[in-house]
Amino acid sequence: MEPVPGSSGSPPASPIPGPGRRAAAPSVGSWPVPRDPARRGSGGPARRAWEGRRRPAPASMTSAPEPGIPAPGGKAGRRRQLPERVSGGLSGAWGAVMSESSISALPPGRPSRQPFIHQESLSLDSSCFSSPPVNFLQELPSYRSIARKRTTILSRDKQSGTLLKPTDSYNFQLEGELTEDLDSQSIRKYALNISEKRRLRDIQETQMKYLSEWDQWKRYSSKSWKRFIEKAREMTTHLELWREDIRSIEGKFGTGIQSYFSFLRFLVLLNLVIFLIIFMVVLLPVLLTRYKITNSSFILIPSQDVDIQCTVYPISSSGLIYFYSYVIDLLSGTGFLEDTYLFYGHYTIDGVKFQNFTYDLPLAYLLSTIAYLALSLVWIVKRSVEGFKINLIRSEEHFQSYCNKVFAGWDFCITNRSMADLKHSSLRYELRADLEEERIRQKIAERTSEETIRIYSLRLFLNCIVLAVLAACFYAIYKATIFSQEHMKKEIDKMVFGENLLILYLPSIVITLANFITPIIFAKIIHYEDYSPGFEIRLTILRCVFMRLATICVLVFTLGSKITSCDNYLCELCGYNQKLYPCWETQVGQEMYKLMIFDLIIILAVTLFVDFPRKILVTYCSSWKLFQCWGEQEFAIPDNVLGIVYGQTICWIGAFFSPLLPAIATLKFIIIFYVKEHPVLQSLRAIHQLQHHLGSGPQDSEHLPQLAADAGLWHHFGSLRSAFFHDHLPHYVLLHRPGRSAQAGGRPAPRAAEPGKS
Amino acid sequence: MSLLYHMTSPSVLSRILARSISLRQSALFSKNKDCTFFTRKEIMRLFYRYQDLAPQLVPLDYTSCPDVKVPYELIGSMPELKDNPFRQRIAQVFSEDGDGHMTLDNFLDMFSVMSEMAPRDLKAYYAFKIYDFNNDDYICAWDLEQTVTKLTRGELSTEEVSLICEKVLDEADGDHDGRLSLEDFQNMILRAPDFLSTFHIRI
Repeated sequence: MEPVPGSSGSPPASPIPGPGRRAAAPSVGSWPVPRDPARRGSGGPARRAWEGRRRPAPASMTSAPEPGIPAPGGKAGRRRQLPERVSGGLSGAWGAVMSESSISALPPGRPSRQPFIHQESLSLDSSCFSSPPVNFLQELPSYRSIARKRTTILSRDKQSGTLLKPTDSYNFQLEGELTEDLDSQSIRKYALNISEKRRLRDIQETQMKYLSEWDQWKRYSSKSWKRFIEKAREMTTHLELWREDIRSIEGKFGTGIQSYFSFLRFLVLLNLVIFLIIFMVVLLPVLLTRYKITNSSFILIPSQDVDIQCTVYPISSSGLIYFYSYVIDLLSGTGFLEDTYLFYGHYTIDGVKFQNFTYDLPLAYLLSTIAYLALSLVWIVKRSVEGFKINLIRSEEHFQSYCNKVFAGWDFCITNRSMADLKHSSLRYELRADLEEERIRQKIAERTSEETIRIYSLRLFLNCIVLAVLAACFYAIYKATIFSQEHMKKEIDKMVFGENLLILYLPSIVITLANFITPIIFAKIIHYEDYSPGFEIRLTILRCVFMRLATICVLVFTLGSKITSCDNYLCELCGYNQKLYPCWETQVGQEMYKLMIFDLIIILAVTLFVDFPRKILVTYCSSWKLFQCWGEQEFAIPDNVLGIVYGQTICWIGAFFSPLLPAIATLKFIIIFYVKEHPVLQSLRAIHQLQHHLGSGPQDSEHLPQLAADAGLWHHFGSLRSAFFHDHLPHYVLLHRPGRSAQAGGRPAPRAAEPGKS
Repeated sequence: MSLLYHMTSPSVLSRILARSISLRQSALFSKNKDCTFFTRKEIMRLFYRYQDLAPQLVPLDYTSCPDVKVPYELIGSMPELKDNPFRQRIAQVFSEDGDGHMTLDNFLDMFSVMSEMAPRDLKAYYAFKIYDFNNDDYICAWDLEQTVTKLTRGELSTEEVSLICEKVLDEADGDHDGRLSLEDFQNMILRAPDFLSTFHIRI
């Protein structure tokens, strides 16, 4: 009859008489398994136990060839060439037939007993077609010899993974789904050798001949549809921005740093989309009309209920302008920038009259604000949902924290020796921290009431200090803003350049200083509060985040109070101090603009003026122990993430007052991406080249400073044409130093903060 | 980048000649296409990686399906694996005879399972085998100790290691037999959110 599928050379000997053969035919020839309620009922306890488990949807193909059965064909044939293995020989082919007809659940993890269970469950099955041929096949001499041999090569079986599908965990839903699910997509999910899978696939392909035309076509179309979807998905991933860069970062530095960069990419896209919304809705009609591209005109509607004085907005244009005024204007958003599309005050038009309708610009402006805020919310929530689910699981992680670290702790992507060292030490640290936490929990449980009182009063005192520090910072920002606002109103021309800038940027400077100093203070304080290590880190991060976001609020509040504060009746007219702030929205927009520019300048300056000299010192003065210890830079993920979250918050607050701010934010984040990413990869390349050059890598982390020094040196000699930026080689390494273990910027950071996801 | 590397290799001419065979080979490899999670292009790329490991041993022409095994030492020195503390176990699990010497099929299989497209259950199955050092189909305390030691490079004290192993068994051992079966392991992996992203080798 039909050749046994999979055998290319040896047709099966067929001593099987008619009935068995015919009964076997359905199992080989036609896939749709007859629905046999009896069989379903008597599926056997093993199968029922399995269905109780919640597992993803089924691959209905049963386990591959029995462990023992193809063994001789497989194992003995292992030294032979491929084609023979594919054929598998007689026993393999029959094994395939048998397995195809086997429909019972196979409990996982017990390969040695498999064939026996197999037979039992099959005999339990009252299916009309499976048991007779199976029973018959068992009597075949070939099977018996195989069964005999199987016991002797048991150990090798287990290793080769010929047996099962791990997807033993998959439920068996044999009825009717054998056809659909047995396609190429599910074959590769099986825990089999490739040769076994090839055999399965050949079997499957041969079977296709016995299907009806309709089934064949269905199968073929579903296969090609799936391939098409896969290709389309592959195409779309190519469209991803910076895909290669981020993948290489992930491959070399692990998922922690990669999540930072992918979060950065997300913010670039978000800001771009926000800017597109604003452009489409607000800017486009104005531009079209202004440059006479369409036949439309502006409409100015004088407002009735607001006093005319409130809408007067004199743009100061002084006659004699010093040359540096332009620089100041660029940096602070005053002067010539004030009258551009950048700020709210420029949008005085009330409508744009097109041919058929009138476009209400103020309404559009407002709606665009609501639209992009809603879009940001939805997109961030969508992006965070996954992270949230993970965090939800993570919150119950207490009862699985050790397992997660031991079995899912090592990042198999790491290809860099220094990263591997770091990962080892971080895992070590985490495990120790967990044990420590356990010990502390026990200790806390054993605390006497006296000690408890002492600890709590100490904590109260320290929290008061924290509050005092926060209050001091807020007061400083308040004062700086007031000072800056008051002195800005004086004649700019009369001041010295530097003093001018200083006054303009005073709030930004104070905010940045505060954000730099307070984490250090918090880290010192929390040490005395005697919390468990995990809680310490969380609390410090919480305090830092609060600090960052609260400073912006204080700034906004101060501005608000200044704008609405007036000595006499002036405020009653317009509701705010019309004299000092003819257009308060623009002033607020300018403050946000200044904050954003300053943030960018600081990030660039730190990278350029702090990291680069550090590298130079480490490179050339590596003999000094001081520089050796201090030299390595840390890519502290929480700090960096807070930095970009801060930038994005400024963008959101300022976008209403300064519509082009999202575009500036996009550019800023792109610059930050390249500034942060380039050194990371550069240092890696240099290290690889150095290792290649030297022929071996360093053995442990103590050599890292030396390596960084060498890498820098080598790199310097290697490329003389160096611009500062290109040869800039900070050794971005995630270091764990025990002294910093209690600090927010310290090590558990990559685990504790998965910023890209939440 | 691989092009540059090939250009600087001594046998560049033979390689160029050999690449002309690649048409037939790609037909051969298309057989593998549905058996792994890789596309045909990726399989070809992997084949060249495999070949680069042992250029004298592995012929460029696989149409005759030679029975060639690359020894474990070369596999273990691949950049993707050399820093992995479990590289020996990985090679052993995926190799034919459990000795770490891998044929091309084993090689493809290994990277297919470790790729990002493999489903969780498949990865969990192989992870179980990797962490089962004594191949008894259970992860017992000794296996756990080996795992933890390899993870921390032996820098934790024995007391700490045994405490950790005890905790792991407490957490994951569902049937309380003092060791983890495949079922326990898979249940535990379901609750480990990082597993998919960490049990992944990019090649």
